[in-house]
Amino acid sequence: MNHMTLKTPLRAINWNRLQDEKDLEVWNRLTVNFWLPEKVPLSNDVQSWATLTPAERELTIRVFTGLTLLDTIQNTVGAPALMGDARTPHEEAVLSNVAFMEAVHARSYSSIFSTLCSTPEVDAAFRWSEENQHLQAKARLILHEYNAGADPLKRKIASVFLESFLFYSGFYLPMYWSSRAKLTNTADLIRLIIRDEAVHGYYIGYKFQRGLEVLPESERAKLKDFAFALLFDLYEVEAKYTAELYDGIGLTEDVKNFLHYNANKALQNLGYEALFPPQACEVNPAILAALSPDSENHDFFSGSGSSYVIGKAVATEDDDWNF
Amino acid sequence: MGRLIYYSSASGNTARFIEKLGLPAQRIPISPEAEMPVPEGPFVLVTPSYADGLGRGAVAKQVIRFLNDPERRGLLRGVIASGNRNFGSLYACAGGLVATKCNVPVLYRFELAGTETDIDRVRAGLAKFWGTECSTCTQMEQLTPA
Repeated sequence: MNHMTLKTPLRAINWNRLQDEKDLEVWNRLTVNFWLPEKVPLSNDVQSWATLTPAERELTIRVFTGLTLLDTIQNTVGAPALMGDARTPHEEAVLSNVAFMEAVHARSYSSIFSTLCSTPEVDAAFRWSEENQHLQAKARLILHEYNAGADPLKRKIASVFLESFLFYSGFYLPMYWSSRAKLTNTADLIRLIIRDEAVHGYYIGYKFQRGLEVLPESERAKLKDFAFALLFDLYEVEAKYTAELYDGIGLTEDVKNFLHYNANKALQNLGYEALFPPQACEVNPAILAALSPDSENHDFFSGSGSSYVIGKAVATEDDDWNF
Repeated sequence: MGRLIYYSSASGNTARFIEKLGLPAQRIPISPEAEMPVPEGPFVLVTPSYADGLGRGAVAKQVIRFLNDPERRGLLRGVIASGNRNFGSLYACAGGLVATKCNVPVLYRFELAGTETDIDRVRAGLAKFWGTECSTCTQMEQLTPA
């Protein structure tokens, strides 16, 4: 209700009169996808947790506190700030769902901690998250754009980078453990978070593009420059953060490829072209497989000598397609 | 050589992929009131996936409407599907659904608006695919008594 004043009538939201069909489409996706951490049997990971070395455990808890910080920011500052910029009442309602789910995500990490870890270990990691300069720096770069006086479209750019890029130095680790058959229930929970963040990044990026298309070319060019400059700044911090976390386990370069791949996807959500070249984005296949398990590879075009089976089309009915 | 027919929602990812590909392509309109494209011959469908967490609603309604016409569907030869790996096992699942329903192969899958690598693979793959398709047609004609 951001544009309402005392002189104009107060408007109730009418979901049967849409200005933008995408609002309802995304509302439906997000509400069907709703979940709570209690649904995931995290306690089945207790034995697996015990097989990690103390250093691996410390790394995992630190990574999760870093993710918790980003979710906290998006829950309490990011999504509410975007609500103020909403162009339709339905967009505002969708963003209220985004805000709440970020609270669920932040809460989930504490569920993992209470199931697997000791209180002193967890308290130490939260202290670490407050003292780690790289983590604090990336959070501040985003918060700067969320400031009340900032440009609404720059806020969306920052928000897409948080949702679609900054989380991934953290998401890498549970996918890595999962690819080695460790902490597989925790990975199931993280996959639910990853799925939500994908819809959030897509939606905020879509709204950014709608806002952008009504601007003159000069303004559009300035925003593009801003977006790439912010991504460079964030990447610089993210590379240091990654090295500090993953050097000990020897995975920094592998994580960086994953960062490049996700940075390009974040740019695509904003409607921009990729920044990192394909050779810098070759993600470890084990990590890709952990991201989308049971998703068979039908890649006819990458294979050699595949023969195509050209079948005969059959009749389809609307009902068949789950209309 | 056949053509491409594609759907892209207002987010425009698939449209950007088609633009980069630079091959002849017709777009299935977003609006249900707009006219459907008329395929000029055999075609490959390029479609995004919109599934929720349970896999429902993966194929856009406009794509379903397009394929529900038997003449148009009869010319479908393969499907290229896009999506996002972040949707886990449902990544690009519209491809599999259309393929099963229409009995055509899933030729390729890519994320969002695709990468340079995707563009190269799809260009090369389609050239080879239409080559195979044509020789299959010729063989079929030779085998079919006049």
